[in-house]
Amino acid sequence: MTWTWLIGAVLFLVLAPVVGGLIAGVDRKITARMQGRVGPPLLQPFYDVGKLFEKESVVVTTAQNFYVLAYLIFIALSGALFFAGGDLLLIIFAFTLAHVFLVLGAYAVHSPYSHIGAERELIQLMAYEPMIILAAVGLYMITNSFYVADIAVTTIPAILYLPGVFLGFATILTIKLRKSPFDISTSHHAHQEIVKGITTEFSGSTLAQVEIAHWYENVFLLGFVYLFFAWNPVIGIIAVVVTYLAEIFIDNVTARVRWQAALKSGWFAAVIGIVNLAILAYILGYMMTGGA
Amino acid sequence: MAFLKRSPWILHYDASSCNGCDIEVLACLTPLYDVERFGIINTGNPKHADILLITGGINAQNREVVENIYEQIPEPKVVVAVGACAATGGVFRECYNIVGGIDKVIPVDVYVPGCAARPEQIIDGVVTALSILEEKRAKMTGAARIKEDARHAEQAGEST
Repeated sequence: MTWTWLIGAVLFLVLAPVVGGLIAGVDRKITARMQGRVGPPLLQPFYDVGKLFEKESVVVTTAQNFYVLAYLIFIALSGALFFAGGDLLLIIFAFTLAHVFLVLGAYAVHSPYSHIGAERELIQLMAYEPMIILAAVGLYMITNSFYVADIAVTTIPAILYLPGVFLGFATILTIKLRKSPFDISTSHHAHQEIVKGITTEFSGSTLAQVEIAHWYENVFLLGFVYLFFAWNPVIGIIAVVVTYLAEIFIDNVTARVRWQAALKSGWFAAVIGIVNLAILAYILGYMMTGGA
Repeated sequence: MAFLKRSPWILHYDASSCNGCDIEVLACLTPLYDVERFGIINTGNPKHADILLITGGINAQNREVVENIYEQIPEPKVVVAVGACAATGGVFRECYNIVGGIDKVIPVDVYVPGCAARPEQIIDGVVTALSILEEKRAKMTGAARIKEDARHAEQAGEST
């Protein structure tokens, strides 16, 4: 039994890029259909990354390659810990550290666009970090464990206790998936007011690494969504699909907001989460004292 | 290993065009023409681009900008000159400030005629550029291999 956790981690490391790339392909296809276009082939994200590895390396500051590699490794590590059933708090800290490396990579280059992108990425970190920790706390209050292995096998329908936390998590998921209205630091869309934000100075294989890290990240985040519905795997998978489709829809119907609005939205989501947790704490306390 | 042909990212630059060709370039992105079908993305970043779509006859002021953008695009890259002005300077040819064609400043691979060039022609030009792009990639990897082989031969020579 001691090695079963390893299977989850290895499966994640091997399969997540494939699944993440396919999700990105479906995403682009659905986005195109929503805009009345045909859209690229399903495997387009893989062609893009393959292409990036074929390009010439034009790195000015070689330190950026190290930071981007560290970003990829820590994203993969946090996802692997998650699918190994590890401690949710450790996973979140590894996840945050990964993004700090990405920000450092963008700051390593002397480009104003890259710097603005890095600043906005830091603002995004500030916006979503409270909510993502509250989500972990909420799941702990329901299951009495921070371990994903315990949360995933719980028979308690967490979503019924944590609707506010889930709503808040869905809000910051938009930030994390780099979708409108919160795609302020860099976006999937062609043009942005700051060229390409945080990824402006990354090109060729470095950009490909950022892209692969993003695939890992998306699979990890969808796994997190699943935890809210873990008591019933069928409902869980349906909920993950519906959540992602809703994210694509929101991406297509909203315009990019300014960073102030993104920060306020992230913290407002956290407030909803806190209110949810406060009510939950009250109810749980009430139940424990037997209504006395 | 022909990923490049399936994922050409385009950088569009207006080098003192009248904006006619630029509107047609952007029309290629609309649902009617939807160039993303070919994996084409209109990026705003030269470091991410593979194809430089350039319109207009270049004037004295943006000459340096064009050179700079061209230098920033990583190899392999191709340049598509869109419209009559990009080819020869067009109706602005005699102007005191017009350089007269993109190929006066940077090497051009494909010329798309027209005033303004039609979206179908622009897409055709880009698709033509893809095969040139693929040729350049093959040449680039070939050159890298020759260089590598030479280095190995040199090292082998040193060790004996």
